[in-house]
Amino acid sequence: MTDSQKFDLIVIGGGPGGYVGAIRASQLGQKVAVIEKENLGGVCLNWGCIPTKALLRAAELKNNISHLSEFGIEIEGGVNINLEKVVARSRQVAERLSGGVSHLMKKHKVTVIKGVAKINKKISGGWQIAVEGERKSTVEATNIMLATGARARQIPSMEADGDKIVTYRDAMVPKTMPKSLMVVGSGAIGIEFASFYNDMGVDVTIVEAMDRILNVEDREISDLAHKSFEKRGIKIHTSAMLEAITKSKNDVTATITIAGKQQKITSDRVIMAVGIIGNTENIGLEKIGVKTEKGHIVTNGFGATNVAGIFAIGDVTGPPWLAHKASHEAIICVEAMTNQSDVHPIAENSVPGCTYCRPQIASIGLTEDNAKAEGYEIKVGRFPLLANGKAIAMGEDEGLVKTIFCSKTGALLGAHLIGAEVTEMIQGYAIARTLETTEAELMHTIFPHPTISEAMHESVLDAFDRAIHF
Amino acid sequence: MAIDILMPALSPTMTEGILSKWLVKQGDEVRSGDVIAEIETDKATMEVEAIEDGVLAKIIVNEGTEGVAVNSVIAVLAEDGENISEVSDTPTDSNIKEDVKKDVSMPANDSKPASDDSALKNEIPATNQTPTDASSTTQASKSISDTNPQKDRVFATPLARRLAAQDGIDLAQVNGTGPHGRIIERDILAIIEWGDNVKSADRALSADTQKVPQQIGSSSEGRFVPHTAMRRTISSRLQFSKQTAPHFYLTVECSIDRLLENRAQLNEMAPEGVKISVNDMIIRASAMALQKRPDVNGWFEEDGCRYFDTADICMAVAIKGGLITPVIRSVEKLGLAELSQITKDLASRAREGKLKPEEYTGGGFTISNLGMFGIKEFAAVINPPQSAILAIGAGEQRAIVKDGELAVATMMNVTLSADHRIVDGALGAEWLQLFKGFVENPVTMLI
Repeated sequence: MTDSQKFDLIVIGGGPGGYVGAIRASQLGQKVAVIEKENLGGVCLNWGCIPTKALLRAAELKNNISHLSEFGIEIEGGVNINLEKVVARSRQVAERLSGGVSHLMKKHKVTVIKGVAKINKKISGGWQIAVEGERKSTVEATNIMLATGARARQIPSMEADGDKIVTYRDAMVPKTMPKSLMVVGSGAIGIEFASFYNDMGVDVTIVEAMDRILNVEDREISDLAHKSFEKRGIKIHTSAMLEAITKSKNDVTATITIAGKQQKITSDRVIMAVGIIGNTENIGLEKIGVKTEKGHIVTNGFGATNVAGIFAIGDVTGPPWLAHKASHEAIICVEAMTNQSDVHPIAENSVPGCTYCRPQIASIGLTEDNAKAEGYEIKVGRFPLLANGKAIAMGEDEGLVKTIFCSKTGALLGAHLIGAEVTEMIQGYAIARTLETTEAELMHTIFPHPTISEAMHESVLDAFDRAIHF
Repeated sequence: MAIDILMPALSPTMTEGILSKWLVKQGDEVRSGDVIAEIETDKATMEVEAIEDGVLAKIIVNEGTEGVAVNSVIAVLAEDGENISEVSDTPTDSNIKEDVKKDVSMPANDSKPASDDSALKNEIPATNQTPTDASSTTQASKSISDTNPQKDRVFATPLARRLAAQDGIDLAQVNGTGPHGRIIERDILAIIEWGDNVKSADRALSADTQKVPQQIGSSSEGRFVPHTAMRRTISSRLQFSKQTAPHFYLTVECSIDRLLENRAQLNEMAPEGVKISVNDMIIRASAMALQKRPDVNGWFEEDGCRYFDTADICMAVAIKGGLITPVIRSVEKLGLAELSQITKDLASRAREGKLKPEEYTGGGFTISNLGMFGIKEFAAVINPPQSAILAIGAGEQRAIVKDGELAVATMMNVTLSADHRIVDGALGAEWLQLFKGFVENPVTMLI
């Protein structure tokens, strides 16, 4: 206790925000420690982005197999799913990457402290943090970066029980496949699970309070996703208020109200995906007076809180709850903290979002509705994948690339994609936005043939009535 | 000996221009410093001064001629006593010996003609027109493509270029805040919104004080001219200055006969092409006074005053559509000849809109001279956050009383506007006394 270690920066939370910030700080010559209570890599790597991608890949393969005969490949016998193996592989992937992060911490000389951190008090020239791990200790730091992340929001009286009512965490390690499943909430998390379980043969019903699924996406994309999911047999109820959930021995019955009419839906299991809340509790924030609002820490564009020397980044600071946003914020925060030049807050509307359902959805910037609401005069380009050679050859011709430009300046305001591989393609538009290209540079760019990305080019051309292939 | 007068280059990238007007006729006598012609490019009109005395023997390029190549002979000057007719018959082509060729006194006349490469580039029509309004971009995109890619390349994103073109903003005047100083969208939007043309002092102003109040009542009569970025900057900075800095004014009369005498002597001795102006000597005198009273050489900032060791003096230069204040750094270290060249260069580049941001930001003191307009005296608005500005009136002959006798002397009134938050009355008066001392006894400022 007496020889409390002193660091330039202590990062609380070793997720994709925290560990990335720690590495950057170390690169900048800071003495850094990360305090992590569970596994390095955080939710993203252990219980989010990565393991769900492993599950969704299994679902995709299964779906591909069911289409093999279209390609002239015939297999005899049925297809069996070994759920235990599907889940085990997903866990192995997460473990492998978490191990990778440990290695990165060593490589960058970042001290990793296992335990639960709580800010104790202000000391001369910094802060003291109490760590409860295998043994109790205190550490000191000039600056603290809070990267504690977020967790699933719970609805009172409908709390997850880990059995019939579950959140993402249990939903990705199912021991058995339910026959029927209700997914409450149609954000990226809800939709990915709906897509996975549906591909695995489960009867899936989505209940969404808003008037459309994936409501952060462009309305046109939401509508296309809606149609595609219904075609796959997923039932969707929008503008549906969840009133109550009652559990019986074998199933769960949800009472929902749509347009004043009550109805009951019974399923084996319910996944609650109704939002995210920041992990702001029990880290000592109240004591030192760090301001929070609606379950998230309030920060400026550089991650600074209202208390000098206390910074926060990532999910704990609010939406969009995305790993890549957290990583980027962490880098900006550390660079600002160490007075680097050329540091700027994340540019508005420049965080891409991806949903790995089938078909995939990816977007960046303003939706058509938002662009209009912000007063832009716009030009909209659309190119359907059914006119793209590569997509047709792959048997994945369902989808659309939609681009939105400012009529006056030619600025790319937004891009919204649905279809095969679009999550890998959206970075092209992200780069375009960062480099502030106009339609002219995009038109002058040569897209390789044959690729699905040609649809990105054609969509831009279409916005200016110059599409060639449609 | 006949002297060729060559087409000067207004800027390093200029390859040709229009000889818009001859101000002298063939046979006219010309004195060094006389304005003999006006030339223009797409960006600016400049006066051509003679640097030798003589008689204009022959005009080779008639006024109104377009596409006159830089360094081509536009006229021939016969030196005093030379036979004009002989001179005017002299072939005036490249066979004239190099040592006879003399350029008119213009800055940046050592620039090489643009390479074939960039000349070709200039001919490619601008392609980055807006989808909606092609015509509005033409002017500005032209000025962008005119820029020599090797020397003056401006790094800006395509969107920033287009926005700048649409609002008529000269990218060369914009300070980029993107990676490696690249000009990006927000830099242009900041200018459009706030008229914040990069000066660091502007950043210090809060958004509120920069907001120009909405005009009360509007009329459809009259000719409405929307604000340019420069007009916005001028309005926000000077409004800020006059509203926040408590100005006080001190006026003193300086006798400049000796200064004029010394100037004539200096110019006789000065190296070729150097012509020291009264203004140069005033800048020098101010620098010396600032060195003696460095507490006038400073900025008033919110939490304290900042003082400078070097005399970095801004000079107000009237340019098309407004004014700008290029900075002459460390004037105390400059000889008059060097100072004269620097001020000439800055002034001419200011008029061409070719100043780099670092050439018009900072400075601890400003001089504004309206003497050439016959203004006897005036009080200038302080250039914030600086402590003071010196307003120079016209030098004129006045009846004065000297040793109890009426006498004639050339007098010049100067007025110091000082910010009372940083400069007190006695300090301002003391500084002005020092300045007057240097001006009236110019030898002392040369030490």
